[in-house]
Amino acid sequence: MIGARRHLLELASMTADEIEQLLDLADTFSDISRRPIKKVPTLRGRTIVNLFMEPSTRTRSSFELAAKRLSADTLNISGGSSSVVKGETLLDTARNLAAYRPDIIVLRHKDAGAPHLLSRHVDASIVNAGDGAHEHPTQGLLDMLTIRQHCKGIAGRKVAIIGDIAHSRVARSGIVGLAKLGAEVVVCGPPTMLPAEIETLGCVATSDRTQAVTDADVVMMLRIQKERLKEELFPSDREYSRIFGLNRTALALAKPDCLVMHPGPINRGVELEPDVADGPQSVILDQVANGLAVRMAVLYYCAGGAA
Amino acid sequence: MKKLEETFRSRRTVLDTVAMRRAIRRLGHQLVEDAVDVSNLALIGVRTRGVPLARRLAKVIAEAEGVEPPVGELDITLYRDDVFEGLAVPEVRPTLLPFEVRGRHIVLVDDVLYTGRTIRAALDALMDWGRPHCIRLAVLVDRGHRELPLHADYVGSTVSTALGESIEVCLAEIDGEDEVRHWSEPEVER
Repeated sequence: MIGARRHLLELASMTADEIEQLLDLADTFSDISRRPIKKVPTLRGRTIVNLFMEPSTRTRSSFELAAKRLSADTLNISGGSSSVVKGETLLDTARNLAAYRPDIIVLRHKDAGAPHLLSRHVDASIVNAGDGAHEHPTQGLLDMLTIRQHCKGIAGRKVAIIGDIAHSRVARSGIVGLAKLGAEVVVCGPPTMLPAEIETLGCVATSDRTQAVTDADVVMMLRIQKERLKEELFPSDREYSRIFGLNRTALALAKPDCLVMHPGPINRGVELEPDVADGPQSVILDQVANGLAVRMAVLYYCAGGAA
Repeated sequence: MKKLEETFRSRRTVLDTVAMRRAIRRLGHQLVEDAVDVSNLALIGVRTRGVPLARRLAKVIAEAEGVEPPVGELDITLYRDDVFEGLAVPEVRPTLLPFEVRGRHIVLVDDVLYTGRTIRAALDALMDWGRPHCIRLAVLVDRGHRELPLHADYVGSTVSTALGESIEVCLAEIDGEDEVRHWSEPEVER
């Protein structure tokens, strides 16, 4: 029955309580990956389709491993090798997959709202693994989990998100999620990459890196997504790095134990200097580990209530 | 969830504070008697009420032998056979085993043994942590009605119950008092 499933489409429509519950679940699931047998039988016999219509290594492999650690069966379909190149529409692809009766479809798509569309037409729980420039909710959750673990709570923390805010679904999920949990979010980037309405999501926008980084508890650097940029929004990598990149001098303005985060993959020397990326304040690999735990929690959450 | 007082008309005390403490002491002494090597013993409580029970048994053993066995906490939610039967997503709590499971003489501790499904899940969960030398089962109350071929090695009290009745175990650490109650004569739904 369509509509009776539990989905994870976006953080924007979730309450702070629901987000905290997912983070608590993820905390518990992270223990499973530290055991000798890294698998629990919870989703035995369930089928999870990873439908990735855009390139992804980290998110797709992390969803796949999360499903396997919960004992679910997975089917991976990626855009380049699928019938999409033969002209099939997203809904047709999804309906064909639905004939296999999957319990969960994890979707990454270039268009905002694609997972929402699927949730209205396909009888499976839909998990948004990134839709256009809209949201990337599991990335938002793993960022929040990382901050919560290292900063002992999110409320009242100053989080600076720096980069191409306009094209970033990571930024959008981060802003709405962190704002709901009471963080003070400052977004920063070249004016060409700062949408006019961004502050309505619950953050302050600036093009001044110093203002963004000063006294921050967390600095989250975004990747300059060259594959998404159709026009020149900044003159050169070197100039971007000088004005908006994070180096040791800029980081010194933040709190002494400020966390450095990045959703990966890093353009070393563009948005992030190597000595900062690999430095003692970097929690980038914790983010990767937490991504696995968060995705296990999300699959568990979506599988529940679907009986 | 409806309160027991509203669900049942009859309430009987199975174990009062004194009887419960005696039963726990007896169980502890039985564990010591059967253990070949007390220093290899580890107790694992099944969440929620198995955990304080395991801690009390460990204290009894410490008093008798001068060695306190380590106590672990096992959450079986992810191993349950009915985990997604309800609409709510069951809460998952951490499993904490502060010792090596492999080669250990393990005593699994729970408050009530009923269908046996919890213990089946606990055994599966435990095996994922290593291969113990042996696993024994200690429960405060055995109320019968097994649905799986399992039995307890150590039983504080055996209570004959009917299906649909309820055994309530109160422990000072969680509920503020020590008592086991048998609720019967369910109210007819109107």
